Amino acid sequence: MGNSQKCDLCAKPATVHLTQIVNNQIHKLDLCEKCAAEKGVTDPNGFSLADLLVKSSDSSDKAGELLVCENCGFTQKDFKKTGRLGCPECYVYFAPLIDPVLRTMHKGDTHMGKVPEGAIERKVFHERIHHLEESLQASIKAERYEDAARLRDELLEVREAMAAKSISL
Amino acid sequence: MIIEPLLKARPEISGELSRKDTIVLTTRIRFARNLAEHPFPGWAKADQRKEVLSACLPSILGLSQMKSGLSAEVDDLSELEKQILIERHLISRELMEMKGGAGFVISKDQSNVVMINEEDHLRMQVLLPGFHFRKVMNAINVLDSKVEKCLEYAFSPKLGYLTACPTNLGTGMRASAMMHLPALVMSNQMEKVIRAVNQLGIAVRGLFGEGSDASGSIFQISNQTTLGESEAEIIKRLTSVLNTIIEQEFNARETLLETEPTKLFDKIGRAFALLQNSYLITSSETMNHLSLVRLGVDMGMISEEIRSSVDQLFIDCQPGHIQYLADNKIEPNERDIFRAAYLRSRFENLTKPEFIFKK
Repeated sequence: MGNSQKCDLCAKPATVHLTQIVNNQIHKLDLCEKCAAEKGVTDPNGFSLADLLVKSSDSSDKAGELLVCENCGFTQKDFKKTGRLGCPECYVYFAPLIDPVLRTMHKGDTHMGKVPEGAIERKVFHERIHHLEESLQASIKAERYEDAARLRDELLEVREAMAAKSISL
Repeated sequence: MIIEPLLKARPEISGELSRKDTIVLTTRIRFARNLAEHPFPGWAKADQRKEVLSACLPSILGLSQMKSGLSAEVDDLSELEKQILIERHLISRELMEMKGGAGFVISKDQSNVVMINEEDHLRMQVLLPGFHFRKVMNAINVLDSKVEKCLEYAFSPKLGYLTACPTNLGTGMRASAMMHLPALVMSNQMEKVIRAVNQLGIAVRGLFGEGSDASGSIFQISNQTTLGESEAEIIKRLTSVLNTIIEQEFNARETLLETEPTKLFDKIGRAFALLQNSYLITSSETMNHLSLVRLGVDMGMISEEIRSSVDQLFIDCQPGHIQYLADNKIEPNERDIFRAAYLRSRFENLTKPEFIFKK
């Protein structure tokens, strides 16, 4: 997730990927070659990602205030307008804005309630299967057939355990 | 009409009642849940919402709770159907306003509802008549755990269930009770109650949520905060507040009966007479009169037998329901005439209220 392949300014394939830290906030930008050259990104002197973001989002906000979700493109301006976020990942990118107000909004700032056990269990199984499949392919490629047989049996066992718990991927 | 089966079925307010159940009309808990790696409905494009809808629908329709339930997309409903579902508190206004990809599943008994692509991807609710937080909590918890087996929720160990609005973070839970508080309203104590419970992190709203008025002296009382406490703690806090309000309402009724019986009898008697004899009546006026008649039933002045029909009338006299009962053949400005006629027929053969002054 989040590996945006398009230029943030013109939506052409991005080849220049930038990360800058301004006022302890991480700003990321993906640009195509043309836009990067036009904006003087390759010039190390005086280029500021925040300035560029301000211009590209046509915002009058102060540069230091601007946060953008790298996953869904939701901006701080959108948040101000709607009071809602764009996607679950926004909570990572908007943390500097949200975390300080959680305590005033709620009884605390840490979750004390239900945990989705099924989802976590599924994630564990998913990763286990992914890992086993990769190892299996690798052992076949390397002609380590004894390992491959063992891995195949393990995979089968994991799948059976999942079926028993009626977990599907 | 897509929603026809619902209208023929048992309504949300009915069933056996304990003393507290006469004041708490319904208990409701809703969970807000979102799918990982999908933009929230408000920010998503219509095709992204449709993707979420088709990812969620099979899982929800497959739940045993939803067997023989009703499922539809909002775009397929008429305006009247939308209004009726809102009036029954089955579906929110916000869902109805979503363009493209908004849908819902309602269980056969209407106690379980899952809305898809409302403010969050999933808004699940369990609603039961009376004061039953434990039962409702168990039911919603089972529903949620089943759904969670099939769908990947957006969850952070620190912030809990991630929701479109930070005010729902954490448990994503809103627990609420619909309360009928006519004596607190009549004795001008409601404002005081609202101020007191607000300080405890509990919100008080009118019948239709934020910004709606409290016609019929019906209030929705719910938790305001969702993060930093477990579901059980929130319910415990809310329940203790509700119990206090229930006692205050009973006290207010006793006080009215002792100090101003004439005023109380006059109000209830007039309400009964108006419902029995009107020829033009708005839904808001109807709600207020029905509320007083219901109070009369609670206080033993009017026969207990009519309780269920009064509760049914609270639902049936709302604008969308009246339009439906009139076979959609009347103009909106004729609703007040139709409603009055409908009420006259319902109140025609009822025994008059009986008022007894305490010595």
